[in-house]
Order: sequence, then C-alpha cells, then structure tokens
Amino acid sequence: MQQVPDITVPAIDIEKIRKDFPLLQEKVYGQPLVYLDNAATTQKPQIVLDTLIEYYTRINSNVHRGVHHLSQEATAAYENSRKTIATFLNARKPEEIIFTKGTTDGINLIAYSFGRGEIKPGDVVLTTAMEHHSNIVPWQMMCEDRGAELRIIPMDEKGELLMDQFSALLTDKVKIIAVTYVSNSLGTVNPIRDIIAQAHARNIPVLLDAAQAVQHMPVDVQELDVDFLVFSGHKIYGPTGSGVLYGKEEWLDRLPPYQGGGDMIKTVTFAKTIYNVLPYKFEAGTPDISGAIALEAAIKYIQQIGVENIHAWEEQLVEYAVQQLSQIEGLRFIGNPKHRSGAVSFLVYDIHPYDLGELLDKQGIAIRTGHHCAEPVMDFFCIPGTVRASFAVYTTFEDIDRLVAGIKRAVTMLR
Amino acid sequence: MTIKEKQDELISDFSFMENWMDKYEHIIQLGKELPLIDEQYKTPEHLIKGCQSQVWLHTEMKDGLLHFTADSDAVITKGLVSLMITVFSGHTPKEIATAEIYFIDAIGLSSHLSPTRSNGLLSMLKQIKLYAIAYEAKSQSQKNGTEL
Repeated sequence: MQQVPDITVPAIDIEKIRKDFPLLQEKVYGQPLVYLDNAATTQKPQIVLDTLIEYYTRINSNVHRGVHHLSQEATAAYENSRKTIATFLNARKPEEIIFTKGTTDGINLIAYSFGRGEIKPGDVVLTTAMEHHSNIVPWQMMCEDRGAELRIIPMDEKGELLMDQFSALLTDKVKIIAVTYVSNSLGTVNPIRDIIAQAHARNIPVLLDAAQAVQHMPVDVQELDVDFLVFSGHKIYGPTGSGVLYGKEEWLDRLPPYQGGGDMIKTVTFAKTIYNVLPYKFEAGTPDISGAIALEAAIKYIQQIGVENIHAWEEQLVEYAVQQLSQIEGLRFIGNPKHRSGAVSFLVYDIHPYDLGELLDKQGIAIRTGHHCAEPVMDFFCIPGTVRASFAVYTTFEDIDRLVAGIKRAVTMLR
Repeated sequence: MTIKEKQDELISDFSFMENWMDKYEHIIQLGKELPLIDEQYKTPEHLIKGCQSQVWLHTEMKDGLLHFTADSDAVITKGLVSLMITVFSGHTPKEIATAEIYFIDAIGLSSHLSPTRSNGLLSMLKQIKLYAIAYEAKSQSQKNGTEL
C-alpha cells in the first residue's frame, strides 16, 4: 500500500459518502469493488434510488395535461427539477433548461434544429480533434444534409488544442462551434473561455459538451456566456436516459423544433400546427419523468457535498493517480495535458488494453478499455485504444493503490 | 485424438486451476506458445469479424486434414485462439463441421469472459466451422465431378 497523502479537503467525509452508494459495497470476484469507470457512468446514491421508487410507488402519472391530483404532483416535481437544474447551471430562467435523453440526444437536437434553421450550403461547423463520436456524427449528418463542411480544430501530442490554428479556422463561414469541455478519452480540460470569447467576437455561437465536466467542477452558463450546453444525468449520479440541454432563450426561441408531437404543440389542425413555448417546444412526447425527478435528487446530493469540494477532492485524486501510475515501468500516458480532470488514459508496454482491462476486472477493478467512442483520437495517437481510469467523488486513494497493484500483477502475467 | 477427446483433456486441464487468475495465466501461456500465422496471411480477408481485438486465421489442407494457424494483437485472445486451434487442427473438414463443441461452456469461458471476448470466441468458432463446411463442399463437388 502506498503512502496516502494528507487530505486537504476536510469538507469531504469520504467514508460517509461511500456509504451512500449501495453498489460500492458489492464484491466482484470475491473482492471489494474498485470502480474507476466513472466517465462511462457513475454509481447512484441511495437518495436517487429512493426517488425513483418514490415516483413509481406514490406519484406515477403523466405531466402537464392531467387535471387530477397525481398528475399535478408529478408535474410539480418535474418542473421543480427544471428549476433546480437551472439554479445548478445558473441559467437565467428554467425555460432555458430542456430535458433530453442525454448528451447525445442534446447534441442531435441542436445539430438538427440549428442545421435546419441556420445552415446553408458552403457554411462551416467547427469541432475538435478530441471529440467523442456523439459530438462528431450529428454534425457530420447535419453538414451532409445541408451541404456544409465540418472542420476540425487540431490537437498536439499532449492532447491539447492548438489554439493558434483554432483562431486561423475562424472565418465568416463558421456558423457554430461544438466543443467538449473535458475530453472523455484524454481528460483534457479545454480553454473554453478563450474559445467562446473568440467565437463571440465573430458572433458565432458555441455548444459545449459538458458530459465530463458538470460532475467534476462548477459550471456557470452565464459566467461562461455559452450558447448551448449539454450533459447526461447518468454521469452525474443520476439515472440513465436522463439529460439536459441548456440554451440561451433567444437561441431556443429562434430555432425550429426537433421532434413533433405531445407537449411541443400549442394547437394542431390538419392545416397547421402552432408550436408550444419554451421549454415544451423541444420536449415532444411523454418525457422521462422519473429520470428528471431523480436527476434533481442527484444534483441536490452533490450540491450538499459542494461541487467546489468535489472538484478539490478529485484534483488530488488525479494528481495522485498520475504520480503513482508514472512509477509503473513501461507505462505511458496517452495525452498529458496541463489541465486535466476526471480521467487518466494510458498504455503499458505493447500490452493490448483489452488484456489489461480483463485481468484488472478479475481483481475486482473496473476500468474502461478501448477507443472510448473517440476513434479519431485513437487514430491520432496510432493506437487501438487505451486503458482509462476515471474518478468520482467516492473514489479513494486506496482505490488508486489497488489499481496500481493490479496493473503490476497483470503486466507480470502478460509480459 | 478425436475432437471430443481433445475437448475432454482441455476441460480436465482447466479443472485443476483454482481461480480465474490461474486460468488466465494458463490461457496467456498458450497464447505465447501459439504457432504464428505466416505474415503474408495477416491481411483483411483473414481477419475474423466480431473480435474487438484483431484475429487473423489461416486454414490449410494437408492430406485431407485441415490445419489452422492464427495471430492476434491481444495475448489473451491469442490464448483463446490457441485453444480453438488445438481442438480443431488435424481433422477432416467433415469431423470439424459436425463436431459438437462443449469445452467453451465447460471451462466457463462463455460466462467468465467479457462479452466482447466471448462474442469473439463464438465468431472464431463460426469461422472455423464455415471453413470446414466450405472445404467439405469443395471436396464433395470434386468427388461428384470425378464420378460424373
């Protein structure tokens, strides 16, 4: 066991937090679980599980249209969640919060609606070389549909964006920039304030993929002055299938709806449909009501701990992980950015990441291997994939020690 | 040894191993000892679809018996390929095509491997059987052709 450094975040009671997560008490292959695949999905605290059960056992009903008691209660809970999320992101009003199925759904919504409303042949959409597929494919589809072009902001070997090349790519043809706040495969925290400032100087809106950011650091949409922001509920201790799109009211008002039906209409005749106001204009059909309500529980849970405290705790974890992993012979980091959050990606000698991942799994250590749905990143580094350890508020220094010991054992077997 | 006897022997070998780390140790060792495919056959047409890691498989007919060589970029996969080759190599296409394969379940590979590896293993099995069926069909048509 390595020497655990002094904990400098007294506000984090890690033992108490870990007890809030039932799955962390499980054993895998007879060993206490070390869960380091949080960038894929986080575990759920008891309060989120209880909220889901509470909804289905006590207030299960459809929202917005029912006059009966249950529907009113469900509607109130659903809309309260929207208010909590608006406060969490510091949106100007709850109407700027659209419930989605997750990050991918939010990006598809904007790509489709923005494309239909704003893009013409010859226009350019900018994204970066470190995006995951969800922030590439919807834009490719939109560009193909609208006759536009997708251009890529390159990165260097450290996994950092080449900002001078970004500036050079900013022409009058660029109509929107879609960029990840934190890379899921490299852990890079991008200079998004600079990107937004340069984009806005040319009146170009920016969509921020915050799927790997909101659970790790405070995000204030007004302070960032970002136009659109998306994240997934399940990566921030909430349920799968829930997610959020934030959009500035003027943009959301301006864009056409994404899907038709249900809540997104005001009146329908066979001759014409009048669309509903925000936020319902973008919420067609029965939404994931239980997911939205349980997402509120998840957000309130991390607000109680304090996002700043989580950030400080995880900064220490990442630093410790980098320090300990770098002592393993043959280990090389894939991407070594100056500003990193939440995840560390690496390879050891020429060992295939699947081999390492499988032997760690049998030691009760869950990490992610492969291309992390970011194949262009792997192509850039000329590798089949990486081993990625990603952290959460309940991760401990001991988890990292177990990871290091597990890697050493696996490497001995595989070499 | 028949395909059935080879499977029984493999099951017996693995039954002596106490835990999955020991089983992996053995699989990895088999992978390291796998007779490698000739470099000229490491081409896209020899790649097995369905494997997350890459597997190249080559088949050769000698004196009426099929022989397999293979390679993979992942050592555990190489070990699994080695198990397959041990079971199937040196048998007639008909024996391979009709063989009942039970060692994968009996060793616990289908339930203990990650789903991607498990699927890869099944893809490999399917490909080996397809090769055998193709060779069997070819030899039957040649036989019929001669008779005609």
